[in-house]
Amino acid sequence: MTAADLNVILPEIVISLYAIVALLGAAYTSQDRMAGLLVWLTAALFVVVAFWIGATGDGSTRVAFGGMFHDDGFARFAKVVILLSAASVLILGQDYMARRDLLRFEFPLLIALCAVGMMMMVSAGDLMALYMGLELQSLALYVVASLRRDNAKSTEAGLKYFVLGALSSGLLLYGASLTYGYAGTTLFTGIIASAQDQAPLGLLFGLVFILSGLAFKVSAVPFHMWTPDVYEGAPTPVTAFFATAPKMAAMALFARVMHDAFGGIVGDWQQIVALLSVLSMFLGAIAAIGQKDIKRLMAYSSISHMGFALMGLASGTVFGVQAMLIYMAIYVTMNIGTFAFILSMERDGQPVTDIESLNMYSRAQPGRAMAMLILLFSLAGVPPLLGFFGKFYVLRAAYEGGLAWLAVAGVIASVIGAFYYLRLVYYMYFGEEGDGMETGRSPILWGFLMASAAIMLLGIINMFGVESIAQAAAATLVN
Amino acid sequence: MDNVLSMITFIPAIAALILGVFLRGEDEAAQRNAKWVALIATSLTFLISLFILAEFDASNTDFQLVEEREWLLGLKYKMGVDGISVLFVLLTTFMMPLTIAASWKVKTRVKEYMIAFLILETLMLGVFMALDLVLFYLFFEAGLIPMFLIIGIWGGKERIYASFKFFLYTFLGSVLMLVAMVAMFAEAGTTDIPTLMNHTFASENFSVLGVHIVGGMQTLMFLAFFASFAVKMPMWPVHTWLPDAHVQAPTAGSVVLAAILLKMGGYGFLRFSLPMFPVGSEVMTPLVLWMSAIAIVYTSLVALAQEDMKKLIAYSSVAHMGYVTMGIFAANQQGIDGAIFQMISHGFISGALFLCVGVIYDRMHTRDIDAYGGLVNRMPAYALIFMFFTMANVGLPGTSGFIGEFLTLVGIFKVNTWVALVATSGVILSAAYALWLYRRVVLGDLIKESLKSITDMEGRERAIFVPLVVMTLLLGVYPSLVTDIIGPSVTALIGNYDTALADAHAAAQLAGASQ
Repeated sequence: MTAADLNVILPEIVISLYAIVALLGAAYTSQDRMAGLLVWLTAALFVVVAFWIGATGDGSTRVAFGGMFHDDGFARFAKVVILLSAASVLILGQDYMARRDLLRFEFPLLIALCAVGMMMMVSAGDLMALYMGLELQSLALYVVASLRRDNAKSTEAGLKYFVLGALSSGLLLYGASLTYGYAGTTLFTGIIASAQDQAPLGLLFGLVFILSGLAFKVSAVPFHMWTPDVYEGAPTPVTAFFATAPKMAAMALFARVMHDAFGGIVGDWQQIVALLSVLSMFLGAIAAIGQKDIKRLMAYSSISHMGFALMGLASGTVFGVQAMLIYMAIYVTMNIGTFAFILSMERDGQPVTDIESLNMYSRAQPGRAMAMLILLFSLAGVPPLLGFFGKFYVLRAAYEGGLAWLAVAGVIASVIGAFYYLRLVYYMYFGEEGDGMETGRSPILWGFLMASAAIMLLGIINMFGVESIAQAAAATLVN
Repeated sequence: MDNVLSMITFIPAIAALILGVFLRGEDEAAQRNAKWVALIATSLTFLISLFILAEFDASNTDFQLVEEREWLLGLKYKMGVDGISVLFVLLTTFMMPLTIAASWKVKTRVKEYMIAFLILETLMLGVFMALDLVLFYLFFEAGLIPMFLIIGIWGGKERIYASFKFFLYTFLGSVLMLVAMVAMFAEAGTTDIPTLMNHTFASENFSVLGVHIVGGMQTLMFLAFFASFAVKMPMWPVHTWLPDAHVQAPTAGSVVLAAILLKMGGYGFLRFSLPMFPVGSEVMTPLVLWMSAIAIVYTSLVALAQEDMKKLIAYSSVAHMGYVTMGIFAANQQGIDGAIFQMISHGFISGALFLCVGVIYDRMHTRDIDAYGGLVNRMPAYALIFMFFTMANVGLPGTSGFIGEFLTLVGIFKVNTWVALVATSGVILSAAYALWLYRRVVLGDLIKESLKSITDMEGRERAIFVPLVVMTLLLGVYPSLVTDIIGPSVTALIGNYDTALADAHAAAQLAGASQ
């Protein structure tokens, strides 16, 4: 372990140290009075670190700890998205949690630790490093899912997530041990060297188990069962977090393992990923139709979106990775805006998540309804909004990767999916008068909602330059 | 005037933005301001669009007034018009001020209403000018959003069903086109429409899952585009969304739908299907022709049985669109000239007919044919105008309806006499349903109590019809106004089509000989 190695993981060290110091400080001084301050501090730290990572990256790839940790353009792209979205979600949820007596000082610190785990994941160059990052992230998530300790649904969500998460970790570990047995190393560089064009059968088994574990983390069908329950049961700010940063991290990890470790046998995993993709797109689209709770609906929506992101990966090309990165960046932005809206939904001070409470919302709040309309059509992938371009990228990647059938299946799923987004528009714009709802006066939520909608609309001009950054990032991963 | 095309495309959008940001309140004054802003913006767009006509050189078959900028992913923001698209642009800018004027009596959510129509105008204009595949798709699809809201918010009783059906039906058709566009992008490496028109896509036969596909890639791409345009057109048997959408939409929505949105399908066939997939088009031509012939006869018969005026006119639109597809796929000068002519003329006539229905709907709030009768006694001016457009719809010589039907029938007769025979019988049927509708609504004695106090058209309503009557007559007696502009471009289109087909046949023979 040298100073050079430590220098590479300096951002992770800073956040970890911050979390430990803040934890000690908060534990010694008082209980939860510092929580509000800590939320802002953590968010600010995330933003600073995100800019630090984004600005210092000069396109070079730095490797630390003998190949265990990669700091390349791909990792930096993913880290910036993760940190910025985590910071946004922390700020979004602060008011909601404070008013419902949920704002404990552990919350921002757990999120900080979770962020460190996610940063480890996307930089992992070794199966052990991967597992460490994944578990650090997951353990923090298990706890925040059951943050509302006295609520049966919330604790149930946490427990469900924990049991199924442990199972998936087990699958992943089993796959890792098989891979280790047949490749003789846990380093990605070693695995890829022993699996060029043709892999021993045992290694393929390892690949399948690792894929299953990863599919659980991105909530791809058939490993998606936990998603709706956890989304519904967890407090809404936590749900917003679940829907954004960890999804990006898991998807980036997915791409890294597939390309860095198994990049020599693309043909072997391509079909599995394509199958995961098509199942996720269809199940997400069809199962959401019957949902009455907007949080559950967003859970199925995220399953469907993960299917589209996987479509980019399934192509197995550089462009596919670029398409996936762009898709995820757009997805995260849309979801932050949508959850800013969901967080603001309340009636008599109590949160509501029933979609019927959107009835004729456009009459009460035309501006917010319009922003939400834009986000919903963007989620559905209708042009001219940015969500359409995300779909266009992955479709092109799939077609060029020789998966024309997947592209056709994807667009059909998107039509089915359009139905439930339209249904929300229907409630907002031409439903019947009923029990309305208020959406609070929080300028923060309003700001995030409007900014997200504006990005969906204005992003089509040049996508704020994300396109070329994602291209460079993808090029560092696939070679 | 370098960017006149972008200017007219985005003036309505800017007006919508101004309305959205600066106009507050729901009171009378705010409503009036919203209407005036919309009317001024659409009129201004029309006036500026006349500059296009002034600068347009009909003898030049290339794209003119082209604007080009780099965009994402190697796509381009590229706009331009040629002989085929320029008249659709003018049709759109011409109809929109009339549409806004026809909506003067709207009471609910006036601001949003005007915003929706202004955005819709921007998107429709973009469709006819876009010279980049993805840009075209963007405008083409985005039009669904305002139309969905127009039907859903200001529609009739069954508006929710109609709006969902409209959206999902057309969306499903279009996404298949999107996949084909992705494929074209991958194959040709560009999304530039003029370049793609000169690109030859592979047409070697191959099999997919055991199904032998004649014309190969081109046929598949043709089918994907066909899925979108046939729904939009709409062609039998995927026309069923149209009557629902028309019946439930507010009057102005129906007018825009019939006059402009339906033309996007026909325009798409001319812009994409024929020039880009000639082999695929040739393979599928018999199917399209017979679908058109069936559409003409079948939907005319269905129209005879309707009890709702709007539904009747909607079915009549489907029948008239049958002539358009028939003319396009006859693929000769008369056929395509006639198809474009028919689309322009149908824009005026069907728009006017929906406005006619709107006039009495505003007074009686019903569209049932049975609720009317003998209107001529109290509304002579209305009776005259309604009769004029009924006759134009039937295709009476002297009106523009005649020219379009006649040219397409001449075109198809040279290609396929049997289809021509079936289609011609549709002319008789259209006379039957249109005249019968007129007799039941306007003629006879005024016996219904509720109609005894009905008033004739006021000045605003008459003023809306004047330009439509003028255009219908003008094009009816002097059709070269249109054919002089479209002629050279159509000739070039057919020339390229025939050359491409001859090349493909020669290549196929060569391949056959070498085996």
